[in-house]
Amino acid sequence: MYASNESIEIEVMDKDIKAEPTENESTIPDYKMMVENLEFWYGSNKVLHNILINIVKNKVTALIGPSGCGKSTFLRTLNRMNETIPGTRMEGIVRLDNVDIYRDIKDPSRIRTRIGMVFQKSNPFPKSIFDNVAYGLRVNGIKDKRLVTEIVGESLHQAALWDEVKDILDHSAYTLSGGQQQRLCIARALAIRPEVILMDEPASALDPISTSRIEDLIGELKKDYTIVIVTHNMQQAARVSDYTGFFYQGNLIEYGKTKEIFTRPKIKKTEDYVTGRFG
Amino acid sequence: MQTPINKCTRPPAVKLEFRPKSKGYIPRGATFLAVAIIVVMLTIILGNIIHGGMGTISVDFLTHPPENGMESGGIFPAIFGTVFLVMLMVIAVVPIGVLTAIYLHEYTSPTSRITKIIRVAINNLAGVPSIVFGLFGLGFFIGFIGGGIDSIFYGSEGPVWGQPAIIWASLTLALLTLPVVIVSTEEALRTIPPELKDASYALGGTKLQTITRIIIPQALPGILTGAILAVSRGAGEVAPIMFTGAAYYLPYLPAKLNDQFMELGYHIYVMATQSPDVEATKPILFGTVLVLLVLTFMLNFVAIYIRSRMRRKRVRV
Amino acid sequence: MRKLIFKNKSRIWEFFGEKFIAINAFAALIAIVLIFIFIFKEAVPIFTDAEIKQEASLDKMVFKQVYYEGRDAKYSWQPNSEVPKYSLFPLFIGTIKAAIIALLFAAPLGIGAAIYSSEFSNKRMREFIKPIIELLAGIPSVVLGFFALMILATTLQDVLGLTFRLNATNAGIALGLAVIPIIFTISEDAMTSVPSSLRDAATALGANKWEVSMTTVLPAALPGIAASIVLGFGRAIGETMIVLMASGNAAIISTSIFDSVRTFSATIAAELAEVVFGGAHYSVLFFIGSLLFIFTFLINLGGDMALTRIKAKIQGKL
Repeated sequence: MYASNESIEIEVMDKDIKAEPTENESTIPDYKMMVENLEFWYGSNKVLHNILINIVKNKVTALIGPSGCGKSTFLRTLNRMNETIPGTRMEGIVRLDNVDIYRDIKDPSRIRTRIGMVFQKSNPFPKSIFDNVAYGLRVNGIKDKRLVTEIVGESLHQAALWDEVKDILDHSAYTLSGGQQQRLCIARALAIRPEVILMDEPASALDPISTSRIEDLIGELKKDYTIVIVTHNMQQAARVSDYTGFFYQGNLIEYGKTKEIFTRPKIKKTEDYVTGRFG
Repeated sequence: MQTPINKCTRPPAVKLEFRPKSKGYIPRGATFLAVAIIVVMLTIILGNIIHGGMGTISVDFLTHPPENGMESGGIFPAIFGTVFLVMLMVIAVVPIGVLTAIYLHEYTSPTSRITKIIRVAINNLAGVPSIVFGLFGLGFFIGFIGGGIDSIFYGSEGPVWGQPAIIWASLTLALLTLPVVIVSTEEALRTIPPELKDASYALGGTKLQTITRIIIPQALPGILTGAILAVSRGAGEVAPIMFTGAAYYLPYLPAKLNDQFMELGYHIYVMATQSPDVEATKPILFGTVLVLLVLTFMLNFVAIYIRSRMRRKRVRV
Repeated sequence: MRKLIFKNKSRIWEFFGEKFIAINAFAALIAIVLIFIFIFKEAVPIFTDAEIKQEASLDKMVFKQVYYEGRDAKYSWQPNSEVPKYSLFPLFIGTIKAAIIALLFAAPLGIGAAIYSSEFSNKRMREFIKPIIELLAGIPSVVLGFFALMILATTLQDVLGLTFRLNATNAGIALGLAVIPIIFTISEDAMTSVPSSLRDAATALGANKWEVSMTTVLPAALPGIAASIVLGFGRAIGETMIVLMASGNAAIISTSIFDSVRTFSATIAAELAEVVFGGAHYSVLFFIGSLLFIFTFLINLGGDMALTRIKAKIQGKL
């Protein structure tokens, strides 16, 4: 189907090889990413203290906490995005499926094709809708027009945006509404088929309808992807996530199944936060 | 027993009287006068040049070579020479200037030693007197580089590259206008929102890819502005090219890189100071000045227009 | 779900690409160093070559010399006479004279216009003044020199009845026109950068608009205004074409501002074409160039450092 000198290999992965653990089973959950002893500095200012957290595969993990407590910084350490800022320092181990993403991989841009990111404020490129979604493919060496078009279409479908833009793919991305732009950014991140998607408050700048669409999307996406989402909206975390981690002043105070964090938190500070006593 | 609370019941003994305020009419008038004088002088200069030169401007004037010892004919070779000169200059200065700005903005932090040293160098380059650039062009480009090329490739044939030539003049001008391009590009780079760069990195783009695919396209208006301002400046400078290639009269147009050339500014200088018959050459002289002025102003106007649109335009809708 | 495998990115391109960018970035630095080296290189014989030192050594350039038997020692610049004379003093006087006249002309106008623009004018006036100044800044110096030579000189001579048509004042005024934009821009910037919190404080105590300007803004902007004058002076010293065309190019020492003068830069421009390569005159001209380079380097360094410090102070106080 594709030109024989194409150096792209395509594997088909069978979705249902492993039965998904239910809440009652005592099997150890499948961890996609494991973080040990993570510490982080902006210059001489330490902002993350000894973080230990395991992200479960094909589940949604929410990170909550008051603003400024390091959630976004932590998220960015998961795909080495902090290295684009000069003067930062990190210690500890971040693993993706047994790969130490800091020490085993030399070029950070390689890991970002496996761990994608959607930002708080939608940031489409000043290009057409099509070119936005295709950017990740092109920048990673995929030039075959047919393949690119096919993947762009798939991604826009996955992001529930296809019907709205299928006739205006060549229009500038800025002609879309805020909610549409954010879904475009999600489609763009999906196009490179990452294994993990990091979302930094993806709906905080959107109206309630767009927000609920994105939350539905997240529910759909977790079947194929592992998702970590930072949110300051507790109700959103409760609605959307399977696991929740509570961050406070650079520390991971408590982490567990979302249901338990919100109904039977083990640590007082967590309880104070989720009951709204501060935040 | 309670201590009595001190209550201030009497008004202060001395009533404060504020003196009548000066409204500043005199300073206002004086500074307005300063503005007026500047405007008047500008009008006088431009008015005189337009008045003296308008009659000479014609299609013929712009397309014919000079005749009759500069007393009639046109200034086409000077226009051609100027255009050729600044084109070469732009090819040299824009890439170096843009890359310098990108290096400063994307690769170094503002407080690092390297940044400070480079900035000091740029600021000083901007302040070097134009005649010193001319000396440098003579000593370095013509003497060292040109002379070096001659001795390696041409032996004792006589100077081929080690003499005044349009390539050396344009490289000298490129050095002179380098700060202009750097400053303008940096201004454009500062307007690029970091979210755009973040998006590119998050999709697996490398720094170089982000620079070529996102940053440079976004910075294009600023780069263009810098290039145009550099051209405008380069077309007007005479001291750097006096000894590096400009000539008053040549029977040919510059065709090879080591040819000499005629140039508008230089033409004005020589004609104004060394004409045997000042009255006879006056019309041509004024016409040439008018052409140079119009050229400069048009370029500046375009550059400023692009720059103001760039400042007002925001990336996000 | 399909899994994509991407080609390995060519790390070689990335590496060389970044090195290429870095090399270009050092161009400005390399240029300054090269300029320094090559200008000085040609001036060095004045200190090292015995033959050249006979004609033009450092003390011959600085101190009074006796050129002819029986006559007094004088300062004289006449490189092309039978007994070549290389005193820098007349050129120094000429340069300073022209520059001072330029600043006496440009500083009041530039600072005055800046004060008007920043403190008195409304938005429309400001949007009118700025382009005017930019227009002035855009005039090539050869055109200003032309104006001074052809028009200003005649006017001055007619109105003031001068002996010398091309003189220091003629060149000084034209130089001033070239310097006004620098003084205006930096002074205006200094005034508008005064934080509004300072202005508000004065206003809240009952000062009217002019009093706020006079008591708060101007004193705070004074260092910036001073820096603008210094930088303008640096520009005036280095300017070539205007003085070349309008100053009369006579290397004489006098106190009258209506006498012709010769500046350092004009000397180089006027005489470089006729010198013997490698001779004493040649080396002296490069030496003058070195002086100009060092002097403007120091002035600009000082002015820029002052401005940076001023800006930091304003932001620090905020």
